[in-house]
Formats: sequence, C-alpha cells, structure tokens
Amino acid sequence: MKLIRRSWQGALALLLCLAALPLLPLLGPDAATAAGNGVTVLIFALIVGAALVSFARLSAPILAAILFVGVYAAAWLLIGLLSGNEGHATSAFFPLIAASWLMAWRCVSALSAVETRSATTEALLRLLIPAIFGAWILILWEAVTRGAGVPFILLPPPSAIGERLASSVPILWADVRQTIFKAVLFGYIVGCAAGFVTAILADRIAFLRRGLLPIGNLASALPIVGVAPIMVMWFGFDWQSKAAVVIIMTFFPMLVNTVAGLSASGIMERDLMRSYASDYWQTLVKLRLPAAMPFIFNALKINSTLALIGAIVAEFFGTPIVGMGFRISTEIGRMNVDMVWAEIAVAALAGSVFYGLVSLGERITTFWHPSNRS
Amino acid sequence: MGTAREMPVNETASSVVSARRLGLTFETNDGPVHALSDVDLEVKRGDFVSFIGPSGCGKTTFLRVIADLEKATSGEITVNGMTPEEARKSRSYGYVFQAPALYPWRTIEKNVALPLEIMGYSKADRDGRIQRTLELVNLSGFGKKYPWQLSGGMQQRASIARALAFDADLLLMDEPFGALDEIVRDHLNEQLLKLWARTEKTICFVTHSIPEAVYLSTRIVVMSPRPGRVTDIIESTLPRERPLDIRETPEFLAIAHRVREGLRAGHSYEE
Repeated sequence: MKLIRRSWQGALALLLCLAALPLLPLLGPDAATAAGNGVTVLIFALIVGAALVSFARLSAPILAAILFVGVYAAAWLLIGLLSGNEGHATSAFFPLIAASWLMAWRCVSALSAVETRSATTEALLRLLIPAIFGAWILILWEAVTRGAGVPFILLPPPSAIGERLASSVPILWADVRQTIFKAVLFGYIVGCAAGFVTAILADRIAFLRRGLLPIGNLASALPIVGVAPIMVMWFGFDWQSKAAVVIIMTFFPMLVNTVAGLSASGIMERDLMRSYASDYWQTLVKLRLPAAMPFIFNALKINSTLALIGAIVAEFFGTPIVGMGFRISTEIGRMNVDMVWAEIAVAALAGSVFYGLVSLGERITTFWHPSNRS
Repeated sequence: MGTAREMPVNETASSVVSARRLGLTFETNDGPVHALSDVDLEVKRGDFVSFIGPSGCGKTTFLRVIADLEKATSGEITVNGMTPEEARKSRSYGYVFQAPALYPWRTIEKNVALPLEIMGYSKADRDGRIQRTLELVNLSGFGKKYPWQLSGGMQQRASIARALAFDADLLLMDEPFGALDEIVRDHLNEQLLKLWARTEKTICFVTHSIPEAVYLSTRIVVMSPRPGRVTDIIESTLPRERPLDIRETPEFLAIAHRVREGLRAGHSYEE
C-alpha cells in the first residue's frame, strides 16, 4: 500500500495558496487595521497543513476531524480579519477562502466515505454532512459580501441577517402567527378537506365527475395574483381573505390527486371486494382510500408550499399591519433589506417544518408503498 | 338466467354449480367474441373439478361467470341453487386469483381478516378463524408480517387462507399457482389436496397444466377455444388419497393421455 493517496482538492488548494503569496497582504492599504503577520502565517499554515494531511493515507474519520478543525479555524480567522475592514479585502483573500472551501469539500467527501454499522453514527453523519455543506454556503456568502464590500441593499451578509433575526423575534413571531397559524393553517385544512370531499362526491356522482373535473382543471390555472385583490375586496383586510386565497390554491391539487388516487387500486383487488359483496363505502374505506394515500400525500406536500406562497403573496394586496407578506413589502420600501431576508429565512424554515411534518405523516401512513419499504 | 324454481329438486340438493347451454359473447370493436358457447356442466358437492385448456378457451371466463364477475349472455346457470348474483351476495364462494392480491398496507392476519370485517364477523370470531385458516395453509407465525416480506408461494397460501376464512363451501381458484416455480407448485398442490380433504369444500380449479389437473381433480373438464366450449369431461379413477409419486403410475399417465387427446380433439394444438 502506498502512503499517499490522490487528493485533487488538496493539490488545487496548495496551488491557490501559492497564487495568493505574491498578492499579499490580505487587506488593502486603506483598511482600518492591517492584517498582522502572525495571523497571515497562521492562516497559510492551517490551509497548507490541511491540504498536506489530505494526501496522507489516514482513516476517514481521523482525516475528516483534522480537516474539519483546520478548515474552520482558517475560515474563522479570514472572516475575523474583515470586521471593520469591509470591502478592503485584496485579491489574496479570495484564493485563500476558495482553498479552505476546497478542504471543506475534501472533509465532506471523507465523511461520506465513512462506513458505519451503528445507526446513531449513521444518523449523525446524515445531519453533519448537510450541516457542513450549509455552513459553507453561509461562509462563502459572508466572505464575498463583506470582503468585496457588496452594497447592503443588494445582498446583506448572513451575519447581519442573523443579528436582525435575533433582535426582532417578537415582530417575526407576530407575523408568523398572523400568516401561518391563521391564514395558512386555516386555508390549508379547509382547502384540502374540501378538495378531498369533492373528490369523493365526484367519484360517487357521475354528473359531478363529468362536469366539475374539466372546469376544475381550468380553475387550477387561475393566476393567484389576479385573485388575491378580489378576495381582499370580498373578505376584508384581515387573515380571512388570505385564507380564501389559500383555499382556492390548495383545493384543486387535492381534488385532482384524490380523483386519480381513487382509481389507483387494481382490477383484481376490486374484483376481490366484489366477490365479498362489499358495498361502496366498505370498498372505499378498506381498499380505494388506502391505495389512494400516496396520491393524497402528494397533494398535501404540494399544497404545503402552495399555501405559504399564496398567503404571503396575498398580503401584498392589503393587510393589517402584521404578517409576513406585509412585512416583506413594507420593509423593502424602507430599504431594510436585512429584515426582508430575516422574514424570508423564517418563511423558509416554517415551510421546511411544514413540509417535513407532512412527509413524516406520509412515511407513517404509506410505509407499505414500494418507495418507503424498509 | 335460470332460477332455482326451474331446477328439479333432487338435482339442486347435491349440485353446487349447474350450467345449461351457457354462452357469453363479448362485444368488441372487432366484432363479437364468443368466450363461451353451449357449456353444460354439473359440479357436485365435494367435487374437485379442474378446467383445462389453452388460453382463450374461456376457462377463466366460466369461473368468473360462476362468481358473478361476468354475466352470461345466454343459457342458464345456478350456484347453490341461486343465480350467481344472489350467490355472490349471500357470500357463498371464496375466490383465489392468479396473483395473491393481498393488500400491502395490511399484515397477513389483517388480510385474512378483510372478508370477515366486511361480512361483519365479531372480533373474537375473527381471531379464531384467522388462527385456524393460517394453520390450515401452514402460515402460523407469519400473521404479523406484511405481504411484501413473504415469498410468492407464501403470499398465494395467505390468499387461499383469506378465501377459506369465511363460511363458503365453494372455492373458486383461477390458476392460483400459475406464477410459481414447479417445486413450489408441487408442494402447494399436495397441501391443497390435504386441505380439500380436511375442509370438504367443493373446488373449481382453472389450470393450464395437465399434470396439475390430473393430480388434483376428481373431474377434469377439457375446454377448447374459439368459441370456448367443453370438449370432454373426464372422471378420475385415482383414489382420493394421492401421494406425489402417484404421478408416475400407469393409471395417472392414462388419464393424462386422455386429457391430451381431449385437447387435441378440440384443435387446441393447432395454430
């Protein structure tokens, strides 16, 4: 066995360090504080050290641990240099950020290669790898916006967004309550339930099936932006008009999916029910609805994101002085871009939690489906 | 469709299925297809009747007419002295399909419980029946498994248990072992005979395998295609007790030969 292995990320990182050397110092001449020689040497040492270690034939967990520590220390020092010196990073700064990002890549690929039989380690790895990945998106975002001095209005650094998020928790919470717990949740439940019940009625009554479904497809193409102001006219400025928009948005995906799901059971399975002289409702509850569950959950997942979009967009057209859509539209007008981003982050988080809960419900309910079997 | 009133009393007593000049024509875009034509047949209580013939001979269609999954277009048929529809509504038969058709969201136990739930058996009665029928098909201990965790042969046995769980004394089986390999099929054939002896059910069994038909049946109905009709009905002379190696006896081979002759007479080998 050879003692070294190939590591193109390591090689490229070394080249980038080499390229950065003639471009030193790390901060421009008119920066408030100069980059100390000690810090610069330490950053180089960390990155070059990590790159060299990545060539060594070490076991994957040890390699990953060393890279993890080295890479984050380097990134921490690099971003630390920027405080007070925004926009003064020289072209030596960015090759070093890129080099440490490459080493983080190496770290993730070392972690991905770890083979484990323990379930907890497996679960830990499943969380750790995307966490490192996500952290690096934020680090690169932070380094680029602050290093190159991107105007705050265009793109604030994540640290500023985080600060704004932490300092306006009460406002954000009020917005979440108004938009998600009132408009989205009410509209989602009523819209999905109405779609489901209508699907069952359409299945039972041929007149509805032939008349309503084609019209349903037409109505599902309604542009939401056009409907929202009308709903505000009808149901007033408060959350009820937003819930109405959400109901309209979620109704048809549920209707169409449930109708498709109800015909998903096989001919043989239906013949079986017929041979038992099973009545309509028994067949529905014991065969057709369970078989339709994957379709119904598909609609629930689509609707979980549609509902959030619908409620936020509908708030652009008139709302009391609270709500996520209201906050986004007013704060952008006041140039408080960090607040807009904080609101976006909260919406993304809420949407992910919502989607995650529905997916969890799906895994529990349709464990038998070939795509979920364990 | 015939009614019980038209049948002589002594015949309905022992006759489970009785067909007179039964015909079924499917109307298709390419014109009428005569799936069954002039089928006359009596199935007596306790019989094991096999239907054999090439594909398209109407053997499955005939079984589906008995089960009221298809309607005959001419002639008469009674099942337990009733029309097929009445017989289906009074739950007088269990049907085993070509595939197990178990519901993947139910455990084996719950799959066997399905007809019992629909027919309104009590919880205690259901539990007893599930245990008994699973024992009957040698699946005790697999009740908590899901269908997709079992092999094909075990799944088909579970579907037989499901058809046996309620009180129907007629069992209709449509090529139940057609999709299984020969070793599993031999084993299941042997088990089916034992089960038939223990439960004293009347069995109508569709197959396209000559050895399977001869090994299992008390009567073999040979059918031929276009239009689907009965060409020969063979009474088996084999004893009711049949070990697997009976299939090498001259008596067995003679019956198999007669089945083959019947198929040839119906032009089943021509193409």
